[in-house]
Amino acid sequence: MHISPDEIIFWQHGFLKLNSTIVMTWALMLVLTVGAKIITYKISNDIKRSGWQNLLEILITGIEKQIRDVGVSEPKKYIGFLGTLFVFVGAASICTVIPGFDPPTASLSTTAALALSVFVAVPFFGVQEQGIGSYLKSYTKPTFIMLPFNIISELSRTLALAIRLFGNMMSGAMIVAILLTITPFIFPIFMTLLGLLTGMVQAYIFSILATVYIAAATRVKKKKTLTKQEKKHG
Amino acid sequence: MDSATTIAVASIVIAGITTGFGTMGPALAEGRAVATALTSLAQQPDASSTITRTLFVGLAMIESTAIYCFVISMILIFANPFWKHVIEQTAGK
Repeated sequence: MHISPDEIIFWQHGFLKLNSTIVMTWALMLVLTVGAKIITYKISNDIKRSGWQNLLEILITGIEKQIRDVGVSEPKKYIGFLGTLFVFVGAASICTVIPGFDPPTASLSTTAALALSVFVAVPFFGVQEQGIGSYLKSYTKPTFIMLPFNIISELSRTLALAIRLFGNMMSGAMIVAILLTITPFIFPIFMTLLGLLTGMVQAYIFSILATVYIAAATRVKKKKTLTKQEKKHG
Repeated sequence: MDSATTIAVASIVIAGITTGFGTMGPALAEGRAVATALTSLAQQPDASSTITRTLFVGLAMIESTAIYCFVISMILIFANPFWKHVIEQTAGK
């Protein structure tokens, strides 16, 4: 039994390996980008529009609304990054219904790469929004003693992001594989259904956590206006 | 018992204990979180979207501790470094 799709190797030449994770990631990237290109090739502005365009619009407006709800005032700025995370992880978990497809997110390499991109993106957006001095100062809040703990939390949440997604996706595949040996016929189907549900929830959680981190890094400057808003809502 | 058997027995038993005890805390915590969220949903149905989102994020945070335990027990069973070491030693002989 394979604990990760890294161990399924399609092609090998010396140091270079083409394992299942890379191939499936490329296939997903191809399907997503080419699909989006084809759908937006004949984009229409009036009421007559294709179902696929409707699907994309629902997806984009939904993601935009979620990002705005978390507290980011300009979701358009971050939707490229956060939307890509959601669509990739979500598509990877939905495509598990296709026989022979291993979700690339069931490999620790993929999830670590996604978590690292969040780890880099959060300070990047933070510095872009409030300048390097102000951003670095936010590490020493509320007092200077908290500096090492803030840095540790930055590292540990990246680790948690990677391990959470990996554990959930890997456990889905693993549980189905174990059940196939015990109760082969009907029960694994229900577990596959449950795996689809948890896959979507994990995609949602991954992107919403990234949004929360970005919101926390970019919002410090506008704290006063926000508390006023919160008072109004509360 | 020789060392190979000891390692095998220890890995399997500890893998079971890890998942068993490791899911206990998160299960209690998730139950409490969902119960509280349901109470506040019943009191304030208007704030349902905010409550649900916060609940999901919180559940993910809680659940990740159980997932860590699961990953560790999977490593102990399927990718055990100590077991690999023993196998390599016996194959080398």
